[in-house]
Amino acid sequence: MIKTDILIIGAGPTGLFAVFEAGLLQLKCHLIDALPQPGGQLAEIYPKKPIYDIPGFPEVLAGDLVDNLMAQIAPFQPGFTLGERADTIEPQEDGTFIVTTSEGTRHQAPVVAIAGGLGSFEPRKPELDRLEDFEDRGVTYMIREPEAYRGKRVVIAGGGDSALDWSIYLAEVAREVTLIHRRTEFRGALDSVEKVQQLKNEGKIRLITPAEVVGLEGADRLEAIRVHRGGLDGEELTLETDAFIPLFGLSPKLGPIAKWGLEIEKNAIKVDNTLDYQTNIPGIYAIGDVNTYPGKLKLILCGFHEATLMCQSAYRRIYPDKRYVMKYTTVGGIHGFDGSKKEAPKAVVKSID
Amino acid sequence: MSDISVTIIDRHGHPHQVEAPTDMNMNLMELVRAYELAPEGTIGVCGGMAMCASCQCYVLSPHALPGKSDEEEAMLSEAFYVRDASRLGCQIHLTQELNGLEVELAPEGS
Repeated sequence: MIKTDILIIGAGPTGLFAVFEAGLLQLKCHLIDALPQPGGQLAEIYPKKPIYDIPGFPEVLAGDLVDNLMAQIAPFQPGFTLGERADTIEPQEDGTFIVTTSEGTRHQAPVVAIAGGLGSFEPRKPELDRLEDFEDRGVTYMIREPEAYRGKRVVIAGGGDSALDWSIYLAEVAREVTLIHRRTEFRGALDSVEKVQQLKNEGKIRLITPAEVVGLEGADRLEAIRVHRGGLDGEELTLETDAFIPLFGLSPKLGPIAKWGLEIEKNAIKVDNTLDYQTNIPGIYAIGDVNTYPGKLKLILCGFHEATLMCQSAYRRIYPDKRYVMKYTTVGGIHGFDGSKKEAPKAVVKSID
Repeated sequence: MSDISVTIIDRHGHPHQVEAPTDMNMNLMELVRAYELAPEGTIGVCGGMAMCASCQCYVLSPHALPGKSDEEEAMLSEAFYVRDASRLGCQIHLTQELNGLEVELAPEGS
């Protein structure tokens, strides 16, 4: 069981900044995120895009903002459970909550802050008959253990970075790799595109373009796929395979959080914006893009503000009897849990003759 | 500059004729959100960067739209329910020339 003061669900910019504000109050944080790296959408969808409305930064790349936030919160030693989705929440008699992930990891905290953005990123699935019958019986949307494909015949569909990168990787592992894409052009890093071209020329990747998978065949597990190649007057061919991996990107879904008994409106969690962004369940807060209230704006800078007020409220909830007033970092400095200290240099007091 | 009129058929098949400003640097996806013709969280998920296809629509009127950028082409090549008339709403800027435009929203999850 992982125990912490504030359990933050979602490691995007809002969740990361909450660690900082909590740290100023000597509260420890642990973050859960379905993606394998922190940063949320900024890291997953648009790391190389500039953002222009972070106060004090005329321009900052999304990926750099994540790096900066990670550096800013490092003294407060946040814990991370990455690549796992928060699935269930169980309120305990002592007022704490136990949150369990898709992989069964358990976390306990007196305060839960949902900073889930648009939700957890789930694979986009193609519309194919019997697709769900073959899931984990030849069809997968994420490659967790590449070694499982050693000596196998693999078909990958998609035209983006992950389709290219996995084709390249599996070309060395699998017996046969076929890459299918609707167009002849691929969207990816230049060197990935060139590498696939080279592997195709060497006969290590079979490319079928422009083409689309239109059917799945098999008894208990996937045995073959039907592919339509070319345009309207194209042809249909059947391809025997052990695995079919459609890589059509990820789309965010509110997911299991929607069943936690929280008030939901417009695909977002209703919170009390007049006070502390608490939900209808005391002790559970929602901050950043995942919440809604009158006048809500889905902006990173608004998420930062919400995280700050949430932490103040969390402190009062955890220590109802302690008196506390907010202290400026310029005055109080930063005292990391790792023993590090940052503070403003003392002014020189010296007489001038 | 004056407002233009745009007809948007929502995901349930209901047409909505709406007024759209041409001086607010707005695109079609934002117009749909402004009038709440599709639930929040189901359209404009990436914010308008042509990095998701949640704002995909089919252009029904014969308006001459500006061509697709490479990014839009690439995204549409990965999207579902794509037709010849498919465009990403976020890539269609609302201009005077688009007065009378008629579009239908593609199904959710495209």
